[in-house]
Amino acid sequence: MKLDDFIDNTGQWLKGTGDHANIVMSSRIRLARNLDLRPFPNRAKKKELEEILTMVKEAMDKTDFFKKSIFFKITELDQIDKQFLIERHLMSHEHATNPEGKALIVSEEEVISVMINEEDHLRIQVMQSGFDLEETWQIANSIDDGLSKLLEFAYAPRWGYLTSCPTNTGTAMRGSVMLHLPALVMTKQINKILNAISKLNFASRGFYGEGTQASGNIYQISNQVSLGHSEQDVLQNISGLIRQVIEQEEQARQALLLQNKPMLEDKIFRSSGILKNAHIISSQETVELLSMIRLGIDLNIIKNVERKDINELFIMIQPAHLQKIEGKKLNATERDTRRASLIREKIGGE
Amino acid sequence: MQCDICGKRKATVHLTEIVDEQMSEMHLCEQCARQKSMKMEQQFGLADLLSGLADFSKHVKTDVKEVLKCEHCGMDYEDFRKFGRLGCSGCYESFQAHLTTLLKKIHGSNHHLGKSPQKVPPATKKKIKDFHNLKDQLEQAIQVEDFEKAARLRDQIREMEKKGKK
Ligand SMILES: [Zn+2]
Ligand SMILES: [Zn+2]
Repeated sequence: MKLDDFIDNTGQWLKGTGDHANIVMSSRIRLARNLDLRPFPNRAKKKELEEILTMVKEAMDKTDFFKKSIFFKITELDQIDKQFLIERHLMSHEHATNPEGKALIVSEEEVISVMINEEDHLRIQVMQSGFDLEETWQIANSIDDGLSKLLEFAYAPRWGYLTSCPTNTGTAMRGSVMLHLPALVMTKQINKILNAISKLNFASRGFYGEGTQASGNIYQISNQVSLGHSEQDVLQNISGLIRQVIEQEEQARQALLLQNKPMLEDKIFRSSGILKNAHIISSQETVELLSMIRLGIDLNIIKNVERKDINELFIMIQPAHLQKIEGKKLNATERDTRRASLIREKIGGE
Repeated sequence: MQCDICGKRKATVHLTEIVDEQMSEMHLCEQCARQKSMKMEQQFGLADLLSGLADFSKHVKTDVKEVLKCEHCGMDYEDFRKFGRLGCSGCYESFQAHLTTLLKKIHGSNHHLGKSPQKVPPATKKKIKDFHNLKDQLEQAIQVEDFEKAARLRDQIREMEKKGKK
């Protein structure tokens, strides 16, 4: 498998299947791990980074989890490839910025990915479609157990897993769920809900990564605290919270249908009309319209488009993806044109 | 009165230090004081520094400005304060007193309740160590151009790699 093979596929997490797939796009677990007493990546010299990389890679090759995976040294990737992997939620901006001694492993279907020498020696990510943090955790947990028989992880009984940043110390786990919440946005309840979430010590951010404004009405909610609660407790807490948010979104959708169904249908069909007919379109406009179509599918207003196709478009309409698909560099205007034609191909426009 | 080192906790220990013939007073919280005394004990073998009454002979010089440093990676605490990232897992031990407070502030707790790593079996540990030793030796052999030895070592490494994959 090589990087270009990714273009024809998208990750399992976009399939639009699993529990509450109408509202929950995906569930993700991230674990940070470090090798005991080796300098953390920000402090390690080039040679030390390479040693760490070799040790981690050797251990991974001995486990069963990475048999069908693809391994990249970040220094060997060009700018578009790096951006492409970031757009796919497989690695961070930070990982791409200082590529020396860094690597990325991605499993088949992109369920498992590991950044080596990002902020910590290992950042293990498991991501699946739908609402199932428990199963996602089980996968991450067994990878972690497997690797911890081969690598000596930095751990202190009193403080748990020791990480480069003290905000991750303890379980060093982040569980997060990606939610599509158009009705809460349209009924102007979203801020109230996001405020409540932050008061409960959970973080929320947008679909296109850390520090971005939510676009396409997609929000990622994750835990912030990692010390003082077991992984199970943390996951139960997030799941409980997510269930409430799902409930609120369902109610808001019903309210919209009841109060003004024609207005809602109009908005959804107009969105569909633009996407099927536009020949030049920006990514901002695209994601807002895709969100409306996704809602239309959930409410059975739009019938001939699949949720999976819309989920995939959220990823594929980004700049590096368009350029990989086209196989060459595109300027902003060319991208807006290519984006429009890609959407028409996918959802059956003219 | 606040502690002179961490600036956070209340100073309950009052210490007199003599630096460059100058007497100076330090006011420390218990945790910072304990850490400082441990360090000074290591350096000078003095047991009763904390009494504040200790009669230091003038030739004992300590540098109050000496910063708290991690003995494993050399990171000093000030750098951590500036950048917010630790240097290695050993820093947790080196900056224990400060981190206890900080972790509590961030997480509302400073006691881990989650999983713990599986143990690396001693046999594997030895194998990994031997493997890296061989690699170091190989590098050395190449450097001194002892190619016969290098070839032998390379074969050994390959053999181990093959076994490891099974
Ligand atoms: Zn103090
Ligand atoms: Zn250190």
